[in-house]
Amino acid sequence: MATLQVELVAVERKIWSGEATTVVARTTEGELGILPGHAPLLGQLADGGVVTIRTDSGEDLVVAAHGGFLSVSESGVSILAETAEISSEIDVERAREALRRAEGEDDSPEAQAAVRRAQSRLRAAGENV
Amino acid sequence: MAGSLRALRRRIRSTQSTKKIFSAQELIAGARIVRAQARVEASKPYAREITRVLSALASSASLDHPLLTERETPRRAAVLVITSDRGFAGSYNVNVLRRTEELLSLLRQEGKDPVLYVVGRKGETYYSFRDRPMAATFTGFSEMPDYADAQEVGRALIDVFTAGADDDETGGAGDDGILGVDELHIVFTEFRSLLSQVPVAKRMAPLEVEEVEEFDYEREDREAGRTDDSGVPTLYEFEPSAEGLLDALLPKYITTRIYAAMLEAAASESASRRRAMKSASDNAEELAKNLSRQANQARQAEITQEISEIVGGADALVSAGSND
Repeated sequence: MATLQVELVAVERKIWSGEATTVVARTTEGELGILPGHAPLLGQLADGGVVTIRTDSGEDLVVAAHGGFLSVSESGVSILAETAEISSEIDVERAREALRRAEGEDDSPEAQAAVRRAQSRLRAAGENV
Repeated sequence: MAGSLRALRRRIRSTQSTKKIFSAQELIAGARIVRAQARVEASKPYAREITRVLSALASSASLDHPLLTERETPRRAAVLVITSDRGFAGSYNVNVLRRTEELLSLLRQEGKDPVLYVVGRKGETYYSFRDRPMAATFTGFSEMPDYADAQEVGRALIDVFTAGADDDETGGAGDDGILGVDELHIVFTEFRSLLSQVPVAKRMAPLEVEEVEEFDYEREDREAGRTDDSGVPTLYEFEPSAEGLLDALLPKYITTRIYAAMLEAAASESASRRRAMKSASDNAEELAKNLSRQANQARQAEITQEISEIVGGADALVSAGSND
């Protein structure tokens, strides 16, 4: 079966790369699923969204990606993010604490971005927000 | 005589203890270079991907984004200077500041008014000592910059650049009331190797599209045996529109370049510091050696003098006794 070559890179390091069967992401336009053979696409990931990568061994890799882009080409899928965290690395307690703190602040753009970041982290960790 | 010997010994002791400091600094800087180089390497995949995405976008979208177009009459230019927070780094800061002065006088010749943005305490001190106005300074992270620092700097620069779009001919602030700039430049130290770090000045905005190819990733791809750059540009779908993507992507691209420059500068800083500390500890060793030679000489001279005094004294006693 055909697979996608997926690269997940954050600014400070490469987070993950490997073969996958599907990638599900949310762009600013809406939810998007990518299977092998998808048409070339450039998309901006929605803030506070998560990216799910189903690896070829059948596992789901859930990633909280902030400030990211998605690029699909013939050779594979690249996910670029300013910061990205894999669900297993996320500290739920800390994310919840960050969400509470951010929600307590004023409506400045920074505070709102912090809220979305915390929400996406919690969503990636499988929590309901 | 005894006084000079004591003074020499004191100097030897102090030279030896400063030498210990220098060699410790040398070791620390050595360890930091390795870490800084690892960070430069780790940031490369992202830089490569964002460049590729931008090239793909550039070939499909019309390129009339404000960050890409030359302004008709550029009047003010922002210059971002990356220096270190701490000294003890040899000629590192002097070189980067000299390169900046060259750029500033070039800009003035072209009739542009330079505006300074300074990273690092050393640069801040240099300009504030000379009473030169700085638009903003960023300090406290020169050895270990992280992306949040680059974002802070990038945001300030992109804001002031965007504000410059509507400035009028006479140098007025335009509709938004903020006096912006028409060009962004960066001066930092490029890390070529452990022995060679060169201060360079680059223009960040308006971006030249050639600069996207500057990295020559396509060649790298060909060498890696990839086939997707077969000369036919891939037709991409865009979500949202190509223009919307360009809007979101370009500021991030500039921030990435600032981040890359900061990482290189951090590696260069540690490399210069290590070199400076190496020659300082070599000098200290040399100095201690010379001083201990002088001290030995002084000690021997003292002994010789004591002996000749004793012998002279004994002779005097003997000759005084024989007279009886």
